[in-house]
Amino acid sequence: MYKGYSNKILRVNLTDGKITTETINEDWARLFIGGRGYGEKMISEEVDANIDPLSPDNKVVFATGPLVGTMAPSASRIMVITKGTLNGTLACSNGGGYFGSELKMAGYDLVIFEGKASQPVYLWIDDDQVELRDASHIWSEMSSDSDRMLREETHVEAHTMVIGPAGEKLSKMSGVMFDGHRASGRTGVGAVVGSKNLKGIAVHGTKGVDVSDPEGFKKAVFDAYKLLSEHEVAAKGLPSTGTPILVNILNNAGSFPFRNAQDAYMPTANKISGETMIKQTLVQKKGCMGCPIDCGRVTEIREGKYKGHKGEGPEYETVWSLGSMCGVEDLNAITMAHYLCDDYGMDGISVGVTIACAMELYENGFMPKQDAPFPLNFGDAEAMVEMVKMIGERKGLGDLMSEGSYRLAEHYGHPELSMSVKKQEIPAYDPRGVKGIGLEYATSNRGACHVRGYTIAPEILGTPVQVDRLAYEGKAGLVKTFQDLTASVDASGACLFTTFGMGAPNYAQLLTTATGIEYDEESVMLAGERIWNLERLFNLKAGLTREDDTLPKRFLDEPVKTGPSKGEVTDLSKMLPEYYQLRGWDSEGRPTQTKLKELELD
Amino acid sequence: MKVLVVNPQKCSGGKSCELACSFEKTGRFNLVDSCIKIHYFPEEIRFIPTVCMQCRDAYCVQVCPTGAIERNGDDGVVYLDQDKCIGCKQCIVACPWGAVKLDHEGKTLMKCDACGGDPACVKVCTSEALQYVDADEVVFSKQRETAERYMEIAREISRG
Repeated sequence: MYKGYSNKILRVNLTDGKITTETINEDWARLFIGGRGYGEKMISEEVDANIDPLSPDNKVVFATGPLVGTMAPSASRIMVITKGTLNGTLACSNGGGYFGSELKMAGYDLVIFEGKASQPVYLWIDDDQVELRDASHIWSEMSSDSDRMLREETHVEAHTMVIGPAGEKLSKMSGVMFDGHRASGRTGVGAVVGSKNLKGIAVHGTKGVDVSDPEGFKKAVFDAYKLLSEHEVAAKGLPSTGTPILVNILNNAGSFPFRNAQDAYMPTANKISGETMIKQTLVQKKGCMGCPIDCGRVTEIREGKYKGHKGEGPEYETVWSLGSMCGVEDLNAITMAHYLCDDYGMDGISVGVTIACAMELYENGFMPKQDAPFPLNFGDAEAMVEMVKMIGERKGLGDLMSEGSYRLAEHYGHPELSMSVKKQEIPAYDPRGVKGIGLEYATSNRGACHVRGYTIAPEILGTPVQVDRLAYEGKAGLVKTFQDLTASVDASGACLFTTFGMGAPNYAQLLTTATGIEYDEESVMLAGERIWNLERLFNLKAGLTREDDTLPKRFLDEPVKTGPSKGEVTDLSKMLPEYYQLRGWDSEGRPTQTKLKELELD
Repeated sequence: MKVLVVNPQKCSGGKSCELACSFEKTGRFNLVDSCIKIHYFPEEIRFIPTVCMQCRDAYCVQVCPTGAIERNGDDGVVYLDQDKCIGCKQCIVACPWGAVKLDHEGKTLMKCDACGGDPACVKVCTSEALQYVDADEVVFSKQRETAERYMEIAREISRG
C-alpha cells in the first residue's frame, strides 16, 4: 500500500442511498498519480462519453492527490471531475481552500457520486461515520448561507462543498463552492451536482495523513519553500497584490481583452488594477491550506451603492471578465458582481464574458431591444451587476444567458461573437498578443483555459525564462511541456502557482518521498502526458474533432486596434500541426497507436 | 528569553503551522495533533492563532501530581515529560488557554515546547504572524510602534 494516499474511495449511490468504500487501485495510482488523473480515469471507465451530462447515468468525482493534507507547499487542491454540462468534455475543475485537506484527514482520497437522489440531500462525512441527510431546507439558499447552515448542523470546524442556486437551476456556468468562497467554477460541474439533487458535502476529519519517508519529505518540502521564497512572483507579487497584480502587466503587454475582445488594451485599466484594489477594497490576504503564497484577497466595499458588503476576491480573472470585458471600470461594482457569482455558485469568468457577449449583441442590434431587461451597453456597471443576478436566478434574458455565451450568440445568429473555445469562455489573456496561450486555448481539453498550460509565465512574466510573446516558433513545444507538467501537478494535489518556483524534479522529490513510488523528472512529465491523452480520448469518443481545436474568429481575423499588440492576429496554422506532431497525434488530432502504447493507454 | 509572538492581524489562515507542528511532533500530518491552533471565524473571515503562553506561574505545572510538567531551565519553556505523565488530564482542566491537549487517539497529552528553541511552526509562517524572538525585542518594538503614533500626532499638532 502506497503512503501519501488514504487508500480509500467513498462511493455514494444517490438513487438507493447506499454508501460503500473501496481501496485505491495501485496500478492507477502509479499511472495517473491521483486528483485530476485518477478521477478522470474513473470517469473514463465508468461513464459513457456520449450520455446526457445531466442524466443520472453521469457521475461526479471529488478527487484529492497524494500530496494533499501534507505540508507540501499549497497542496490543498480538490478536483471536481465529470462529463461537463457546458461542452460535454471530460470536465475537471480545480478548487482550493480547506475541503480537500479535510477530506484526506477524514481518510478518503476521492468521493464518487452516482445516480440521483429523489429529494435534496447532503453528505456528512465525520471520519468513518458517513451519512446522507435531508437538505430540503437548504435547497435554494445562496452558497454562503448553505455553507453556514451545513456547519451549524454538523461540526463547527467542518469544511463544506455546496452548490448555489445556479447549480440547482442547472446553469451551464455553475460551479461548486468550498466554504462559500473558493470555487471549482469552470465547465459547468455545478449543474451535474444539482441534477443529482446533491446540495453539498460537509466533512470533518481527524485521522491524518502519512508519508513514506518523513525525513526525505521534510527536505523536499523545505527545498520547495526555498525556491518559492526566492521567486519574485510567488514571494512578492502574489502575496502583496494577489492575482490582480496581472491587470497592469497584461494590459501593458497589450494582451488584456477589452469590450468582448474588440480590442486588447483597456485605457483605464489602472482603475481596476491590483494596486488600486490595495487602496480601495483590500482587508487582508488569505491562504489556502498549507500555502506559503497567500494569493487570496479578503475585501470589503467601503463606498457607493454596494457599501458594506464583504467577502473574498475578485481575482485577476473576474476583475477582467466583469470589468474590462464589459468595459466596466468601477472596482466596487466588479467586486460586488464577484461576490454575487460566488453566492449564486457561478463561474465568474464565463458569466463576465457572457455579459460582454450580450452587450456586443445588444449594441450591434443583433439582439432585439425588447429582449433586454434594460439597456446593455458596454461600460454600464449597474447593468453588469444586475445581469449577474438575473443569470443566477435564470430570470428573463438571464435564463438564456445561463447557458453560456456560445448558446446566447448562436440564438441571435452570431456565434462568432462568443469569445469561447469548445463553448467555454476564454480567460483574461488576449491570444493575439500572446501566441502560446492561443494554442493552449485551442487545444485545452476542457475548452478555453489558462490553467491547463500557463505559458503566460515564460511569455509575459519571464519565468523560468523570457520568450518572445509574439513569436510562433517554439510555442508548440512550450505549450505541450506546460500542459503535461500541469496535469501532473494537478494530479498530485498541489496548486499550479507553485510551478512559478518549482519544476518537475521538485514534484518528483515530493511525490517519491510522500508515496514511496519512485518518480523522476521524466516519469512526472510522462504521467502528465498520459493524463492529457486520456482526456483527449474521452473527448474524441464524445464527438469532438480537430475542428474544435480553434479560436474565436475574431482572434484569427480581426487585428488588435490599439496598444502594444496593435495589428496582431493569431495564426494557428503556424503552431497547431507542429503541436499534433509533438504530441504523437495524426493530422486529425487523434493519438496514434504507438503513442497510446508508449503511454500504457492501449 | 525568547517568546513565541502571535500576531493575529497578519494570520492568513493557511494553517501551515498546524501541519508543521503535527509533523514535527508525530512524523505525521494531523491537525488534531498540532499544539498550535488557528481558529477561523467565517463571518469575519478572520483567523486567530492560539498556542501555549509558557506562563511563568503555570497552573499546569502546579496541578501535575507527578512533576511531569515542569521548567527544565531558564529558557522560559514549560516541558511535558511523557515518561512521568500518568494521563490524569488535570493540566487540561487547569490551563486557562486550552493549550494542553490530547492527541488524535485521545491517549497522549501534548503541549507546545517551542521545539527546543527552534519552533517548526515559525519556519513555515510566511505571513509572519508567528515569530520567535527575544521578549525584550517584542517590548521594544511595541513601545516603538506606540511612540511612532505619538510622533505622528505631535507632527500634526505642530503643523497647526
